[in-house]
Amino acid sequence: MKLALSPEEVKFRDELRELYRTKIPAEIRDRVKYGLELSRDDIVTTHRILNANGLAVPKWPTAWGGQDWTPMQLHIWEDEMQLASVPEPLTFNAQMIGPVIAQFGSEELKQRFLPPTANLDIWWCQGFSEPDAGSDLASLRTTAVRDGDSYIVNGQKIWTTLAQYADWIFCLVRTDPGVKKQAGISLLLFDVKTPGVTIRPIKLIDGHHEVNEVFFENVRVPADQLVGEENMGWTYAKFLLGNERTGITGVGRTKVKLGVAKEYAAQIRSGSGTLLEDPVFAARIAEIENELLALELTLMRVVSNSTGDKPNPASSVLKLRGSELQQAATELLLDIAGSDALPVNTDDIASPGWAQRSGPAYLNYRKTTIYGGSSEVQRTIIASTILGL
Amino acid sequence: MDFELTDEQVMLRDTVRDLLGRAYDPEKLLKVTDTELGWSRDVWRQLAELGVLGLPFDEADGGVGAGPVETMVVMEEIGRRNAPEPLLDAVLIPGGLIARAGTAEQRQAVLPALTAGETLLAFAHAEPGTRWPATDLATTAVRDGDVYRITGVKNPVPHGDCADRLVVSATLPDGGLGLFLVAADAEGVTRTAYRTFDERRGANIEFASAAAELLGDGGDARSVVDTVTVAAQASLCAESLGAMEEALRLTTEYLKTRKQFGVTLSKFQTLTQRAANMYVSLELARSMSLYATAAVADGSADAVAASRARLQVGRSGRHIGQEAIQMHGGIGITSEYPVSHYVARLTAIARTLGGDLEHLRVLSDRVGDYTLVEF
Ligand SMILES: Cc1cc2nc3c(=O)[nH]c(=O)nc-3n(C[C@H](O)[C@H](O)[C@H](O)COP(=O)(O)OP(=O)(O)OC[C@H]3O[C@@H](n4cnc5c(N)ncnc54)[C@H](O)[C@@H]3O)c2cc1C
Repeated sequence: MKLALSPEEVKFRDELRELYRTKIPAEIRDRVKYGLELSRDDIVTTHRILNANGLAVPKWPTAWGGQDWTPMQLHIWEDEMQLASVPEPLTFNAQMIGPVIAQFGSEELKQRFLPPTANLDIWWCQGFSEPDAGSDLASLRTTAVRDGDSYIVNGQKIWTTLAQYADWIFCLVRTDPGVKKQAGISLLLFDVKTPGVTIRPIKLIDGHHEVNEVFFENVRVPADQLVGEENMGWTYAKFLLGNERTGITGVGRTKVKLGVAKEYAAQIRSGSGTLLEDPVFAARIAEIENELLALELTLMRVVSNSTGDKPNPASSVLKLRGSELQQAATELLLDIAGSDALPVNTDDIASPGWAQRSGPAYLNYRKTTIYGGSSEVQRTIIASTILGL
Repeated sequence: MDFELTDEQVMLRDTVRDLLGRAYDPEKLLKVTDTELGWSRDVWRQLAELGVLGLPFDEADGGVGAGPVETMVVMEEIGRRNAPEPLLDAVLIPGGLIARAGTAEQRQAVLPALTAGETLLAFAHAEPGTRWPATDLATTAVRDGDVYRITGVKNPVPHGDCADRLVVSATLPDGGLGLFLVAADAEGVTRTAYRTFDERRGANIEFASAAAELLGDGGDARSVVDTVTVAAQASLCAESLGAMEEALRLTTEYLKTRKQFGVTLSKFQTLTQRAANMYVSLELARSMSLYATAAVADGSADAVAASRARLQVGRSGRHIGQEAIQMHGGIGITSEYPVSHYVARLTAIARTLGGDLEHLRVLSDRVGDYTLVEF
């Protein structure tokens, strides 16, 4: 048993720490730190700087830009990035479709797509969910029918994050309606500007445009843009979603949020001192911090026991608790803001900008326990795969 | 003890429920909250005609002389429909202050027009950088011949954007808390209007030596503010309760209709058990809301009673709101579907006139003063 990092790991960490803080523009990192919206440009700029430094896709095979790092090094890479408030490499590219193409794609697909995916020359979006297929993803109905050397795609996707910025979509489609629902699904790649694709924004409660509906009407997709084998899409989707889970634990980001929360609480008068000194409030921060520490140590246990490509079943704990603590930190900021949280999007008033953002952010963050496998789905996984229930 | 409504109170409830039900379906509501005003003058006129705007005021002041229970009944319906009309902000709170602190002439000059729906008021009290309850006010009033002059910043002023006249709190020359009437368009008054995250309206109001009329005879008005605040807390509890009931109703309806894995969500016991927990929260909140109102009605309400009610109702609102969204999945946080708006409103109420933290502080400061908790 040993808690400390090895000297080599410390050196590795310090180099990354330095790099993140010098190479990524401070304005962008500040926007992340203080919860301001990032532009498409901010994300592309950061992703490309990371890629130029070998830091965008370290989990990929080395032949395609990956690093041959230990799980601990990968953890440090991610954690330091979050602690420095660096926008993470676009998850659709780096964590989702890239690894799937690298693992299951043909040589041609790899050649064609992996370099531009690693460099965010192609911005991908994830076309999985449908109006009637959310948690029950395998019941999706969008069809792809083979016609010569094309597939003709018809149907609808929903909740497609940032499709308005995207160049391409990776899409689960039904290619065989006659078999068990998981067995007839394929994974197709196509340009969102292909004729027949329509993207419609969905406004969320925080007023922002973050997700979309995507409609397909006789969209002709070249058959060589199928990933792997026809009707094997469910296997690829499960692989992809398994990758997604550890990525959204967000321990580092939540830590930064708590740090920012303390910064604000120290500025607010409460009784004879500041809000930070208020025992009721301080106890609440202490509780969240302790929960976060327990989660971080669990993450470290998962990381140090991780054996290559097989996801640790305890990673469901990470998604479940990670998303809840992200919500707790967001709620804390809202409570620090108090009634200053009520106004939104208004300059030249006494309520500071961070306070004005805290209400919408709280409402928006309700999403974290819904997407990427809802908390209920995570509990089901724990109950069935770990507890055998 | 009696927790039931009288026949007249049931009738009032049904009438208001009917009016608001006709005025607002989710689509109309979105349209109205998106206008600059953010609420409907037409609905306001109808509420005035029904006597709702005059409910707690004396008949001599143009009111109907009803009581806190009637106010609660109406606030609950406002919460149920998520109706944006500013009954509390524009009428009950500032009108309550004038009814209690104003001279006979002042009451006569303002209240009948208020209850008729012709005048709108707002209470400018909260100040930047301080948390509820605002005690040491940085806004000051100085005497200038016949009038007072007020200087300071008030924010947030709920529905201060549309008010014709403001009731403003300020520190008197002798250190007490004074209440003043200020015309919203007076010289030296700068208003910055805004929307709030629950699609209501408010304003940041700056006073630079603005002319003000002292309410009443100039004594310390702190106890008036406290009394009106306690009544307002009861109203916020009632509004929350209506919103919670509707959020739970929408959720149970959704569980019965939404299908995943070939069955309705109501077949998953993990969800139905949690819906049952939401109901537990709702009933506890209902009890505390009734308690707050009954205490106001029988004159025994104080800051502690109000904070007890707000703490429980706030916790229930948080629980029910978070679960309502979670059980709806993605659709729960879209702007087109109503459940998110109920949650936004509950979230905003929980940051109005104190949040859980502030109410818990009121209570925890006093636990050493008594042995057994009682109502
Ligand atoms: C902000 C946001 C961004 C998203 N981005 C994307 C994206 O880019 N691409 C994409 O493809 N999808 C995306 N999603 C979709 C997301 O993955 C789904 O919302 C999620 O799978 C849940 O599906 P649903 O919303 O249809 O809820 P439902 O599946 O209808 O679930 C409703 C509720 O019931 C629960 N539930 C469902 N089944 C069970 C069960 N068997 N047992 C117990 N409880 C159950 C759920 O956990 C949830 O609480 C996004 C969602 C959000 C909110």
